[in-house]
Amino acid sequence: MKNGTVIIGSGQAGFQTAASLRTEGYEEKITLIGEEPHIPYQRPPLSKGFPLGTQDFESIELRPEQFYQDHQIDLLAGEKVAAIEGAARQVKLESGRLFPYEKLVLAVGARNRTLSLKGAELDGVLYLRSLDEAVVVKDRLKNAQNIVVIGGGFIGLELAAVACSLGKSVTVLEALPRLMPRVVAPLISDFYRELHKSKGVKVVCGASVSEMEGLGGKVRGVLLTDGTQYSADLVLIGVGVVPNIELAQNAGLRIANGIAVNEYLHTNNENIFAIGDCAEHPCVFANARIRLESVQNAADQAQCVAATIAGRRNVYRALPWFWTDQFDVKLQMAGISHGHDCVVARGNAESRKLSVFYFKAGRLIAIDSINRPLDHMMGRKLIANRVQLTPEQAADESVDLKKMASSSGTAHS
Amino acid sequence: MPKVVYVSPAGDAREIDVPAGTTVMAAALKNGIDGIVAECGGVCMCSTCHVFVDEKFFDQLPPAQDTEEAVLEISAVERQPTSRLSCQIKVTDNLDGLIVRLPLKQR
Repeated sequence: MKNGTVIIGSGQAGFQTAASLRTEGYEEKITLIGEEPHIPYQRPPLSKGFPLGTQDFESIELRPEQFYQDHQIDLLAGEKVAAIEGAARQVKLESGRLFPYEKLVLAVGARNRTLSLKGAELDGVLYLRSLDEAVVVKDRLKNAQNIVVIGGGFIGLELAAVACSLGKSVTVLEALPRLMPRVVAPLISDFYRELHKSKGVKVVCGASVSEMEGLGGKVRGVLLTDGTQYSADLVLIGVGVVPNIELAQNAGLRIANGIAVNEYLHTNNENIFAIGDCAEHPCVFANARIRLESVQNAADQAQCVAATIAGRRNVYRALPWFWTDQFDVKLQMAGISHGHDCVVARGNAESRKLSVFYFKAGRLIAIDSINRPLDHMMGRKLIANRVQLTPEQAADESVDLKKMASSSGTAHS
Repeated sequence: MPKVVYVSPAGDAREIDVPAGTTVMAAALKNGIDGIVAECGGVCMCSTCHVFVDEKFFDQLPPAQDTEEAVLEISAVERQPTSRLSCQIKVTDNLDGLIVRLPLKQR
């Protein structure tokens, strides 16, 4: 009896590795170890439908519990790994149990970056990453009236939209001069600022938070360094994540901005892979080593590693894509826009149908689309297949993107 | 309760009772139908819940929205005239007996 594959982390990446191993015909033992006391679930709805009340736990489970038995996946929920013993090729749980492995997949994810400000420990100051945290956020939203969201990125803005839709008074504080500054062009930031304002959300950019003010241990407000005060009975913080590297680091694996892996998603130990939010990998589309936090990245990297373990060695080269749902608007993003030197728009914000095309050295590298879903899907093909598209063609609505994309084969979905 | 029939690429049919209001995708996952991946969780971002709807039922479905139409353009198995995303098909009593065929692959 062989030791099979042990997967640490039961989020989207860990789950998909286990599922894809079976699809690939892998017949050895599969052990999926997760810290959270739940069966694997989708994280995106935690800042969208779940707190809004349109999705419950059952609807966000990745698969029902029976799936793991049916596919002979040993799921250990609520178990923390203490150490990876690379030389002995085994994983040791905090409970002392040992799991020998032939191949080990680290899908250990990331955790919230926390603010070490005065008042950060007050009751009513919340972060969101896990289901248990989402349950608390949802519960506290019921009775809160004034909500301050710190961080104008995806999670912060999605939560702001939810809170606003629930009839709350909402203020978003973003440290940089515009919303979602690290990922989208100013045109898109402006669109979202207007969208939130039109729904009644107060958006403050360039806000430097000084401290959280409290009374009797409960949060009462947020103070900026310029002296501005915002009263709040609930503060939601979404200021990014840090990768969980400690297990890998203690096992002597190479660490960069995450657990460092090569184009096969191998760490510097040939029996250990790292995937998903925790893995810094070479990305052909960014032409750089990057770490991505997304469903697409988790699922595609899992699929890639599962194929490799099952005997079909596989270079990772999937096109990154992302989405965010805020109010009734979906922003769809394809490619990595970082480093662009030219931006053109197709459509316009007034019509609420807008795509932004990002170019670098004359080559299309990314597209962000609002209510132009065909641009997004064709964009995936155009970018993945490196179809030559000029900025002039991108801006010209008479140029048929579908026709241009179809001459170039299929994109990875 | 309405029934939905899932037909595998090999031609094996499985009939499932699906509460009205549930999507064809969600019911597939819940009942262990292989061949529906549902990577994005049902938000029209991936094409991994692609199905071919039986012609008898296709016209009874509310038409696909633009987002769904766009996703069908990138399906792993090329779309056919009766292609739909199963995450966008809500089962109703009128759709009792709905037959969907699963493509050879979803990724």
